[in-house]
Amino acid sequence: MTAPTLVIGEPVPVDDRAEREQMDRVWGSKPGFWGWLTTTNHKEIGKRYITTAFIFFLLGGIEAAMMRTQLSRPENSFLGPDKYNQIFTMHGTTMMFLFAVPIMEAIGLYFVPLMVGTRNVAFPRLNAFGYWLFLIGGSFLYVQFFLNTGPDVGWFSYVPLSGPQFSPGKRADTWAQTITFTEIVAIVGAIELIVTIFKQRAVGMSLNRIPIFVWAMLVTAFMIMFAMPAVATASMYLALDRLVGTHFFNPAEGGDVLLWQHMFWFFGHPEVYIIFLPATGLVSTMLPAFTRRPVFGYPAMVLALISVAFMAFGLWVHHMFATGIPQLAASFFTATSTMIAIPSGVQIFCWLATIWSGRPRFATPMLFILGFIFLFVIGGVTGVMIASVPFDLQVHDTFFIVAHFHYVLVGGAVFPLFGAIYYWFPKVTGRMLSEKLGKWNFWLFLIGMNMTFFPMHWLGFYGMPRRVYTYLASTGWGPLNLLASVGALVIAISVIVFLVNVVTSLRHGEIAGDNPWDADTLEWATTSPPPAYNFLHLPVVQGRSALWDEGDEHQVAVGTSTERREVLLTTTLDAQPDSRESHPHDSIWPLAMALAIGVLFITAIFTPLALPIGAVLGFIAFAGWAWPTKEDVESESDEKVSLEGA
Amino acid sequence: MCSRFADRAVRAGTAVIAIAALAACPRERRTFHDSPPAASVAAESAKSVRSDSGVSREGPYGDNAYALYQGKTLFAAFNCMGCHSHGGGGMGPPLMDSAWIYGYEPANIYATIANGRPNGMPSFKDRITPQQIWELVAYVRSMSGQGSKAARTSRNDEMEVRAAESQTTTEKPVLVTPPPTVNPPAQEGHP
Amino acid sequence: MAGALLACAGCSLHNTQNALDASGPQSQRIEGLWWLFLPIAAVVWVIVIAVMLWGAARKRSPREGMETRGGAEVVAGDEARDRRMTRIVAGGVIVTVVILFLMLVADFRVGQALTMAPGTQAVPIKVTGHQFWWEVQYPDSVPNKTVITANEIHIPVGVPVVMELTSLDVIHSFWVPSLTGKKDLLPGYRRSLWFRADTPGVYRGQCAEYCGLEHAKMSVLVIAQKPQDFAAWRAAQLDSATTPSDSLALRGKTVFMGTTCVMCHSISGTSAAATAGPDLTHVGSRRMIAANTLPNTDANLYAWISDPQRIKPGVLMPATKLDPRDMQALVAYLRHLK
Repeated sequence: MTAPTLVIGEPVPVDDRAEREQMDRVWGSKPGFWGWLTTTNHKEIGKRYITTAFIFFLLGGIEAAMMRTQLSRPENSFLGPDKYNQIFTMHGTTMMFLFAVPIMEAIGLYFVPLMVGTRNVAFPRLNAFGYWLFLIGGSFLYVQFFLNTGPDVGWFSYVPLSGPQFSPGKRADTWAQTITFTEIVAIVGAIELIVTIFKQRAVGMSLNRIPIFVWAMLVTAFMIMFAMPAVATASMYLALDRLVGTHFFNPAEGGDVLLWQHMFWFFGHPEVYIIFLPATGLVSTMLPAFTRRPVFGYPAMVLALISVAFMAFGLWVHHMFATGIPQLAASFFTATSTMIAIPSGVQIFCWLATIWSGRPRFATPMLFILGFIFLFVIGGVTGVMIASVPFDLQVHDTFFIVAHFHYVLVGGAVFPLFGAIYYWFPKVTGRMLSEKLGKWNFWLFLIGMNMTFFPMHWLGFYGMPRRVYTYLASTGWGPLNLLASVGALVIAISVIVFLVNVVTSLRHGEIAGDNPWDADTLEWATTSPPPAYNFLHLPVVQGRSALWDEGDEHQVAVGTSTERREVLLTTTLDAQPDSRESHPHDSIWPLAMALAIGVLFITAIFTPLALPIGAVLGFIAFAGWAWPTKEDVESESDEKVSLEGA
Repeated sequence: MCSRFADRAVRAGTAVIAIAALAACPRERRTFHDSPPAASVAAESAKSVRSDSGVSREGPYGDNAYALYQGKTLFAAFNCMGCHSHGGGGMGPPLMDSAWIYGYEPANIYATIANGRPNGMPSFKDRITPQQIWELVAYVRSMSGQGSKAARTSRNDEMEVRAAESQTTTEKPVLVTPPPTVNPPAQEGHP
Repeated sequence: MAGALLACAGCSLHNTQNALDASGPQSQRIEGLWWLFLPIAAVVWVIVIAVMLWGAARKRSPREGMETRGGAEVVAGDEARDRRMTRIVAGGVIVTVVILFLMLVADFRVGQALTMAPGTQAVPIKVTGHQFWWEVQYPDSVPNKTVITANEIHIPVGVPVVMELTSLDVIHSFWVPSLTGKKDLLPGYRRSLWFRADTPGVYRGQCAEYCGLEHAKMSVLVIAQKPQDFAAWRAAQLDSATTPSDSLALRGKTVFMGTTCVMCHSISGTSAAATAGPDLTHVGSRRMIAANTLPNTDANLYAWISDPQRIKPGVLMPATKLDPRDMQALVAYLRHLK
């Protein structure tokens, strides 16, 4: 079979129905339950990730509601200490590991291939494996929780409390293994994003033309690669101490309790930027559509992202200021923690410049962007305050910190996320969400957020520590706590409004069309929802705003195979065509591998036999995965391509 | 996510969770007030070696991780180590081997702790509560590997002097003849 | 007297637990930082939000034209405008850097002030964390003049106090907001914390590092007294417990020595010498019990000893079932231990 050469030119308007059907056959998933289990389509997998992560968000929210109910009155008896401790641990673990990071990665896995103009992520089966492992890991945590074996040591699981002496049973082991699951999932997603972004961009999308959201996902993916191994190692050490009897954290035998804190926070601080940077990418994606101009200061925005990513690894000790580290060392971390406000400030100023010089449209996504700035700046300024060691020594481990991080995480990440859902729901489902319900959602959320978390700044100063299941009436903390709990109710109502919006719009929402917001990135150049193959002809890009910089010539690249799955690889810097790469067909082996690894991790907390059993199962799954198929043999004729006509 | 297979999966998952919730794991139960059986067992005489008091095979706490942890804490707090060391014995007999002088059933060990034994084991029934005695019973049995492996305690954050109870191989307990009594049975013991 | 205590039981026992009501130089310096940071933060926020809202809502002049590019209506490019905005954004960044630098200088100066050594006349106190109570020792160069107590720390006003902090189980954190910032109690480490109270009073603090089931109810009282009162208190703490003269309390002592109490608690001057629980030699003189969870009244003692698990589920102290008259006697004995 002669391989066709790649041609870049204008699309010839023809009746492309036959071509579309052929592409559907090649790229579509198999029908039925088997197709559901074996799909490697990044959009299917992305939707599952997003939905599953959102379900975890709701579960985490229920846990928060229970906590706020318990704390609404002094000496309340709604939850005893054991249940409360499990619930606050579950709330933190769910929100941080099962919701925030996965949903940001998931949005990346869905939209980055579309935005860079390719057909799928770089390693489709690995992507499927990541989702299944995420589902298994998250379900494992919750099944354990319902079996009264949910972790109760806090999401940060400090030793020695979570160590072998002071945490009896399997609760802390459940936590440690959940970390192992989620951290592999995160690394898998990061690998996908990095390789897809570097090698599968559309022709002409050189590095300085990548959408800011794609930059944000790229930088986040690198952060994940460096940060996740730290927590994975830490949780492995914890599991070894608990199950095998090592002494990593045992001072009596040469270990150190602070080792845990260093390892955990070396991950833990970048973790919050792993959650926040994609959110800044979301804001930079949506703002052009609602201000009718590209984001101001592209080079500054990109450099800000990169410098935040680097600096984020130099802040971790600010979580340990109360542990008595030497003053000189602490000062270094004060300096870096203060410095990181500068690139964040650059981003905010560029967004303000964009809004100022643009022509704003106040659809719901724009409201969430404005709400984001409103809330994030509050969280940001309190963040600079707690970078100071003496100040932190008062407010560390109090509700002041709870207020700070909810402002930056809910305001700084969840608000852009909700905005992005309103923005991209039309693309994913083909229908618009209701603007009316959207406005109710936004205002209730904004008001609820402030009612819940603003009083907590004062509670921190008045002496209320974190992680307390109750407090005495004589402390006087009752009224502010009650206010916070009412605010939580308002937030809950806002989320319910959102869910109602989603459910009704799925059925009755206005039909969206390809580009309802008249936006500038490539995902809007295809149908809503996109077909399995994303673009009939691979787009060619001529500027930073792919759709607005197109000029009168709308160029595409044709010539990749329509008989089998093939993507175009381009060079890393300039995105010139490089080669064609064949992609595997749908496969059950990612699910099999995820099950094998699930068995390995889950049984490992009960018996060391898990290792040989898991190794055997894993080997079988790996063999099945890697076994060359007929299609793989045929497609060994991947070849370099040349450009013809430009 | 609109596929009906997703719906089925969600329903299946919910069912699993509901079943799990009903079957809440006994290993992880934490009861802070408890009234475990005491009266019938405490009445057992000092010399009896075997007793069938109707208590479950492992005692009320043999498979409960929190109770084993409490038992281990109390073992140190009440200075059982003074005579028994960390299970290797000293003035008192070893507790981590398979040899049991006065019986190895939970009820026997309860009686040992509550009533004392000849040759120096004090009586503790007036000094510690029945719940504490049962926790100690469970812990002492776990020292030789009896009871649920998953619930047994792990190493303490101390210098390592013996393998953790969770890694102790189960020793099949055997009764051995009691040594000759050189002292009368212990009076109100001191800690 | 019991009545007065009972009457006070429901009210706040002048507990001062407020970082914004500083009663010592450490807290004052930190509170000063807050009053510096807050206006800066507020002004920054107001400016950012004002620019955002104004930028979003302002009327666009016809000169700010739109153009059609790639089929979409977008704001026309304008190089002059972009240069202007670049200068403004750069100016904003420079102002930010300057403000942050000034905040950093303020941080470091306060940090230095807090960590400078307190001098040789500081009163040394050793605090050891337990789940869920504070063991307090006042070491002395003469070993038998070491005071051992629990949960309630007396200090002289106007004299610095140096605490040596460690833990025998998990990580705790000592935090009395009115007096100073917090410091963790880490197993395997000895950490120092020094501070001074300048106003007499009762200052309340709580454990500020999650330490298990009853982390919420592990409070500490720091009572700052005039130096002569402090000296008197310390001397009284050195006294061993005396044998009570009234028969109820005497019976209570017999009950104490014969039941669960003696397995965990010590009373100097008696044969009770266990260290698993707080030292009770002077428990009658403390304001509160159960790590400052309940006022120290007879009724509360009765309730606490009968079933601590009802008040603090998860503490190591078991429920002690006693005949009511034995329990009253026991309470009377503890009341006697001033």
